[in-house]
Amino acid sequence: MIRTHVLVCGGTGCTSSGSVKIQDALNAEIAARGLAEEVKVVGTGCFGLCALGPIMIVYPEGTFYSCVTVDDVPEIVEEHFLKGRPVERLVYHETKSEDTKHAMSLSETSFYKKQKRVALRNCGVINPENIDEYIAMDGYQALGKVLTEMTPDDVIQTILDSGLRGRGGGGFPTGLKWKFASGNRGNVKKYVACNADEGDPGAFMDRSILEGDPHAVLEAMAIAGYAIGADEGFIYVRAEYPIAVHRLEVAIKQAREYGLLGKDIFGTGFNFDIELRFGAGAFVCGEETALMTSIEGNRGEPRPRPPFPAVKGLFGQPTVLNNVETYANITHIILNGVDWFKSMGTEKSKGTKVFALGGKITNTGLVEVPMGTTLREVVEEIGGGIPNGKKFKAAQTGGPSGGCIPASLIDTPIDYDNLLAIGSMMGSGGLIVMDEDTCMVDLARFFLDFTVDESCGKCTPCRVGTKRLLEILDKIIAGNGEMEDLDRLEELSNYIKSASLCGLGQTAPNPVLSTLRYFRDEYITHIVDKKCPAGVCKSLLQYKIDPVKCKGCTLCARKCPVNAISGTVKQPHVIDTSKCIKCGACLDGCKFDAIYKE
Amino acid sequence: MKTLAELAAIREKMQNKVVIREGSASTRVVVGMATCGIAAGARPVLNAFVEGVVSANLSDKITVTQTGCIGICQYEPVVEIYEEGKEKVTYVKLDAAKAAEIVEKHLKGGKVVEEYTIGAYNN
Repeated sequence: MIRTHVLVCGGTGCTSSGSVKIQDALNAEIAARGLAEEVKVVGTGCFGLCALGPIMIVYPEGTFYSCVTVDDVPEIVEEHFLKGRPVERLVYHETKSEDTKHAMSLSETSFYKKQKRVALRNCGVINPENIDEYIAMDGYQALGKVLTEMTPDDVIQTILDSGLRGRGGGGFPTGLKWKFASGNRGNVKKYVACNADEGDPGAFMDRSILEGDPHAVLEAMAIAGYAIGADEGFIYVRAEYPIAVHRLEVAIKQAREYGLLGKDIFGTGFNFDIELRFGAGAFVCGEETALMTSIEGNRGEPRPRPPFPAVKGLFGQPTVLNNVETYANITHIILNGVDWFKSMGTEKSKGTKVFALGGKITNTGLVEVPMGTTLREVVEEIGGGIPNGKKFKAAQTGGPSGGCIPASLIDTPIDYDNLLAIGSMMGSGGLIVMDEDTCMVDLARFFLDFTVDESCGKCTPCRVGTKRLLEILDKIIAGNGEMEDLDRLEELSNYIKSASLCGLGQTAPNPVLSTLRYFRDEYITHIVDKKCPAGVCKSLLQYKIDPVKCKGCTLCARKCPVNAISGTVKQPHVIDTSKCIKCGACLDGCKFDAIYKE
Repeated sequence: MKTLAELAAIREKMQNKVVIREGSASTRVVVGMATCGIAAGARPVLNAFVEGVVSANLSDKITVTQTGCIGICQYEPVVEIYEEGKEKVTYVKLDAAKAAEIVEKHLKGGKVVEEYTIGAYNN
């Protein structure tokens, strides 16, 4: 009889830090100790605290182990599983309490305390490759309820009333999308599609949902199919998400075996099946018209809207296309009701939002908070603040399509409309935190470099315009900027925004515009003083040696790869700036803090 | 699967197996599993409690866990039962059969099996 469940994170973060080997080692050690009938190892989806991976939780005690290695496994099995003594040194420090026998519950730690898990509810709780565990967590109940108790119009009304808005970036009301596609049911071929082409640098929300709870997406797509009158669905997922693809394949197979996908579901006469389509990693394929073109087997390029997908989508037929996280909310709304969903969030943004925390932040990982939570709460409380005592400078939301939020606006409640008002956007939920060592001009350049690369080239404003923007930024970073460049940046940005064909081009200038809006001083310092205040832009930097601090130890001269440093022993050294390649090896090596850059 | 009843049956069967992960139980059965406890036969006792709780469908209310040395090695196997709002009950010198009896009378019936408690041995 199983008495202990060991949940090992099998998300991409923990997999890359070795959690598969740990699962294997646990199973081997448990078998060797004769505990196989008592202790069960379960691979789950993402727990969220990726920075501390590999992670495992032992139930019923709820002991939370972080940064586990294969070498720790024998000790955990013998001490904890056999003798009941948790291995203290591996217990996540925040869950330790005075009374060591009662580890604090994970939900009381600052990382989880302010979170509200809806879309991520099953991530890190169930084995995503076991449909029975999903069913135990009320899985497929919503589909059953919809098919037997509700009319398609009831379903659409429920989603409309809930106020759910698209989690992929635009924030369009989901119920409205469904309603537009719902006409003429039964007489027209229709499709349901899922956008799992998560392309923002630093975003992994949809990936984690697919890896941790794939059935939630399948079930919601079937519900959407019933609501609009479609019998076929496509999930467009990145081929470079191998774990997500594998778990989706397993989930679809299991759902078909159980008759939860296929013909005559629950004996109601409703048919629905889902197929996967793999994206090759082009950012533009996250744009809905390009995505559908790619599913059809053509080169992923956008087309003008209207007609919108609800009218003319996949293969020219009415199509509902939602993002993964949007779907992950549907079953909960059906089962818990509209009022429950509306009790979370702000007036115009209901429910929760998942964010992928990255950049200069202590708790890199995945968090889900009610809409309206402030950026400060997310960064300082849940995210654990900025490491190494540095100061928060700004956060980028919405990736290359979004903008930055400066420290002065850190108390802004995060929702769709507030973010738009301050020149950023929700985007899919990537949240990159920057400290004082980040140069905002360089940041704008980084994202623009990405969009230049990813522009499909179909329309001129995006193909040529973004390239010209990048050239102006390069000029500023190289120290050749002039004040007129700032006006040129703004003018060109506005042209690109208004004239581009699709969302990629329409949002590409956002990083430039928002950094100009909040960090214009930094641009001016680059142009007028020819200096980079954050010390990032190499052309504007010079490495120097403080003759007072320098002890003449010769270490820097030996480290320098281009022999740019000269001086005699016990005498202050000098850097020849004409030879210096600004690699920073001398600065890292100096034991007396004598080398600085300005 | 063609009916909601079949879905409900799977849910019923599985819920018992995953409820352990919710940590919602209000009663804890703690088995002393130090070297002394294991040597005295704590493992069959532990397994008897786990089986008893699962087969009585009480997994959502009762958790069975181990702990280290409680400090009264001469009385091993020792089991302590913590119930919300009640005093801790310490059972000593248990075996699998006594454990099954405690599940039946104490955990299901709510009546402490006095004869196996440490109080009975001390007198």
